[in-house]
Amino acid sequence: MLTKRIIPCLDIKSGRTVKGVNFEGLRDAGDPVELARRYSEEGADELVFLDITATLEKRRTLVELVTRIAKEINIPFTVGGGIKTVDEIEELLKAGADKVSLNSSIVKNPQLINDASEAFGAQAIVAAVDAKRTDDRWNVFIKGGTEDTGMDAIEWMIETEQRGAGEILLTSMDRDGTKSGFDADLLSIVNSKLTIPVIASGGAGTIQHCIDAISIANADAVLAASIFHFKEIEIVDLKKSMANAGIPVRLD
Amino acid sequence: MIALIKYRAGNIASVSNALERLGVDFYLAETANELDKADGVIFPGVGHAYSAMESLKEQGIAEWLKSTKKPVLGICVGMQLLFESSTEGDTEGLGVIPGKLLKFDASKEKVPHMGWNSIQKQAYHPLLKDINDEDFLYFVHSYYAPESDFSVATCDYITPFTAVVSKDNYFGVQFHPEKSGKLGAQILKNFVDYVYQS
Repeated sequence: MLTKRIIPCLDIKSGRTVKGVNFEGLRDAGDPVELARRYSEEGADELVFLDITATLEKRRTLVELVTRIAKEINIPFTVGGGIKTVDEIEELLKAGADKVSLNSSIVKNPQLINDASEAFGAQAIVAAVDAKRTDDRWNVFIKGGTEDTGMDAIEWMIETEQRGAGEILLTSMDRDGTKSGFDADLLSIVNSKLTIPVIASGGAGTIQHCIDAISIANADAVLAASIFHFKEIEIVDLKKSMANAGIPVRLD
Repeated sequence: MIALIKYRAGNIASVSNALERLGVDFYLAETANELDKADGVIFPGVGHAYSAMESLKEQGIAEWLKSTKKPVLGICVGMQLLFESSTEGDTEGLGVIPGKLLKFDASKEKVPHMGWNSIQKQAYHPLLKDINDEDFLYFVHSYYAPESDFSVATCDYITPFTAVVSKDNYFGVQFHPEKSGKLGAQILKNFVDYVYQS
């Protein structure tokens, strides 16, 4: 049976792992390659590396870091942050990334999804969406959560699927860094409307939050950062609890 | 030595890294001539079946693969192209294994089939040495080879499909051994061991 995935996320700034609250107030959380190795040994199913400063500083994701990670670890990983062109995507995939996560660039240039999906296959293209609740709906935010596009997040995710995205990385900006649980309302709606896998992100604080995102909101994978970086929750404990709750997981 | 086919549609970085971690001697081959000196061939692939097949033809590798007697391991799209055809882009494959690739029904479950899934062994095969029934491997694909007489292991997602295929000197795995942790590494090692024992 296809298992639900646990995905530690490593936010990268200047080659270090960092973690902030609501996209601000960054704390140092260690060397990304070392953390990547630790997570893969502890049972992570995939890894995501987001170069969070890339868009703001107009800096390209570090191909060198991707190359180092790819040599060290033997599970799939996604890289994102400031990727704007098919050429950049090709460079990262050739360096050993399995997927690229596209965020601000596809809002400005949605055709990039079609072009990249055509060139590398839908499986390599993750549409990352930062959503924030505004009155009765959720808006898409870009540039590391600093700019409201005014676009409806759910409609945008449907469009990314139609254009050829293979997966959605959905971050609730309201919940990100708060450890108050994933946004189950948003996830449930999105999962009922999309046919591609959805990774839930933003708000993981407890094991129960992760179980709820899957059991209640039908997420295909849960992504979290600080609870793993600071060892508040061990991946193996999380997976055992998920298995006990009847969720299919990969355990050794 | 093991030749790793380098072509436009193949993602060789991950497989190269996996072989390096195993300490396997290998080289990259871009032409039929370069493949001639190989003891065994690994044929990786990601992305679209049609563009993969086109670039194999352009490099003159398609014909070589069809006629070789050396052990060949196709990975993911590399495995899919061993079959006769794929409904992806209406692509004609190498046709060294009977069968046609179909697309998963997205009205039933999420597509692509993405993540760790368990395999069920159908027959003894050297590729699966030290791999157990229900072991988890990493899959990412939207098209699948239906079960057939050539399936040595199957996986279940929406429908049972071929996870490992074998006919004559041609082997294929739908999952990504290079991304499947220790078990995946074991499968790559099993292939290399087979090449040198045969």
